[in-house]
Amino acid sequence: MDDRTGLPKMISKTARHLVPPDAKWWYVFGSATLCAFMIQVITGVALAFAYIPSASEAYSTLHFISDQAPFGHFLRGLHYYGASAMVLMVGLHMAQVFLAGSYKFPRELNWATGVLLLGFTLAMGFTGQLLRGDQNAVWTVVVAAEQAGRTPFIGQWLAHFILGGDTVGGATFTRFFAIHVFIMPGFIFVFVGLHLWLVLRHGISEPPKAGKPVDPKTYRQEYKELIKRDGRPFWPDSAWRDVVFCVVMIVVIAALALIYGAPQLGKPPDPSITTASPRPDWYLMWYFAVLALMPHGTEQYFLVFGPLLVGIILIALPFVFNRGERSPWRRPWAIAIVLMTVVMIATLWVAGVKSPWSPNFNAQPLSASVVGATNGPVFIGAQLFHDKGCLNCHLIASDGGRRGPDLTAVADRLSKDQMVMKIANGGVNMPAYAANLTPAEMDALVAFLQSRKIQRP
Amino acid sequence: MKEPNTEHASTGCSSSPAELSRRKFLARLSLAVGGIGAVIVTVPVVGFLLAPFFERRREVWRSVGKIDSFKVGTTTAVKYENPSPLPWAGVTAHTAAWLRRESADTFIAFSINCTHLGCPVRWLPKANLFMCPCHGGVYYQDGTVAAGPPPLPLPRYPVRVKDGDVQIQTAPIPITK
Repeated sequence: MDDRTGLPKMISKTARHLVPPDAKWWYVFGSATLCAFMIQVITGVALAFAYIPSASEAYSTLHFISDQAPFGHFLRGLHYYGASAMVLMVGLHMAQVFLAGSYKFPRELNWATGVLLLGFTLAMGFTGQLLRGDQNAVWTVVVAAEQAGRTPFIGQWLAHFILGGDTVGGATFTRFFAIHVFIMPGFIFVFVGLHLWLVLRHGISEPPKAGKPVDPKTYRQEYKELIKRDGRPFWPDSAWRDVVFCVVMIVVIAALALIYGAPQLGKPPDPSITTASPRPDWYLMWYFAVLALMPHGTEQYFLVFGPLLVGIILIALPFVFNRGERSPWRRPWAIAIVLMTVVMIATLWVAGVKSPWSPNFNAQPLSASVVGATNGPVFIGAQLFHDKGCLNCHLIASDGGRRGPDLTAVADRLSKDQMVMKIANGGVNMPAYAANLTPAEMDALVAFLQSRKIQRP
Repeated sequence: MKEPNTEHASTGCSSSPAELSRRKFLARLSLAVGGIGAVIVTVPVVGFLLAPFFERRREVWRSVGKIDSFKVGTTTAVKYENPSPLPWAGVTAHTAAWLRRESADTFIAFSINCTHLGCPVRWLPKANLFMCPCHGGVYYQDGTVAAGPPPLPLPRYPVRVKDGDVQIQTAPIPITK
């Protein structure tokens, strides 16, 4: 076998390549990402046995997989939480490599290929969400097309390309199927291969030591000596941790799939159903918040140049800072950047989940006990407060929306005249109601708001 | 992997000038022939992928209801089909618009797509406002921006009355530049 194929020797040589001795649990995230990707390939291929990538069938095959096919619900769950794990592990791997300064000489291209793999992973997550083929998928495509449409010069073309035409239709899902199932996995296979090849070529980076900066002139020699002196074979001395971590991850994914299952399907993918509240899956929820919170009028810069700039900075990073200290304790900015990124994404994520900027379409008319009147101007004003859409964006006694200020005790801070001014003229995030209310209605509305006081003893 | 080639490589190193130019020729020939092969395969693929960009879509008028079914001063959702949908488009071939009857003979058809990022705006009849569920855009009954991030008023579609039917002309999803 060895003589004819040369494989056993090659495999054992690769598996037993020497790695630094103290590469411990910090080093499992890369292999865990690969492990998650393998789960995605296996479950994805299985799902493809039942899935039909057509606008009219995708949704019903998803229902079949979720509700009827044996193990179908579990399989979808595995694919969903596998995707979640992959995104999470990519993030952890990246943070670890960044903190340990492992991207420095000679591993610049390891980092650059990794950044591309991050991009492919997010693209997989995004296109995967669309393949559910439900109402959320339709609007996600439209939102994506609108974002692409802000690109200078080629925006309309890009939007057209994403939609697969001028509108959502028969061509939309098939193209995302091709991208999700052939093109992106193809790129991932090629770049994972390249990434691993580079890992073998340059060796797994040794854990950083404070006061031992990377000098491109001497680094290779030092690494060679270190490996020669203290190196351990990757298999099994180091690989066992990867295996254990990967299996723990699989168990967690399976448990989540069993307990929580894949996300519920939304309404059918009919673009004429206007009662929709499009939301991305959790790993892009923070970006949903970015879209809502970017200052008005700056959309074009945020939407197009923002991601572009982040990509360029990430790719350029190892080429600009390829020498010097690796230890995070000597690179406080590295720690600060990781912390700030985590805090920023977490904050935006929480904002995205709460999405206080979205009107609450389910706001119920205020109860009599809250209104405190069953007739008269206060009662009529309370009805108007609901009917005129005020309650969609304002809270009264924790009922309503959160776009505008909580008005539970508005009379404590605004006079009658101030209220009239505000209601009539609106603001950046509030419509002007001058033409929308009769004088009698305005009086009733203000009477209701004047009754909103915190009772003081 | 290099082992089996060592012999060839070593004989290849000691070549006469004639052999070298022959080798150069063969290398160029392979690249050129390979290039032709690649072009033969690539041209139809690229053409297939890009053709839809150059197709001029013919817009059509779609009836959305009898003129009497729309009361003056009201805004209602109307549904219609895209022009020439693909046979497997299913319900994705549907489109909607918000149709407002301004007076006895004037109608306005608003796109349902918010100009911020395209989400479907909802009409609140008592409030006389369109509200967007995604990022809080609000529009007045005439489609102008009332609040929130939308940069432009709601786009309008061509609308006409023909033989007692209200008709809307199909249009691409409006993409804000």
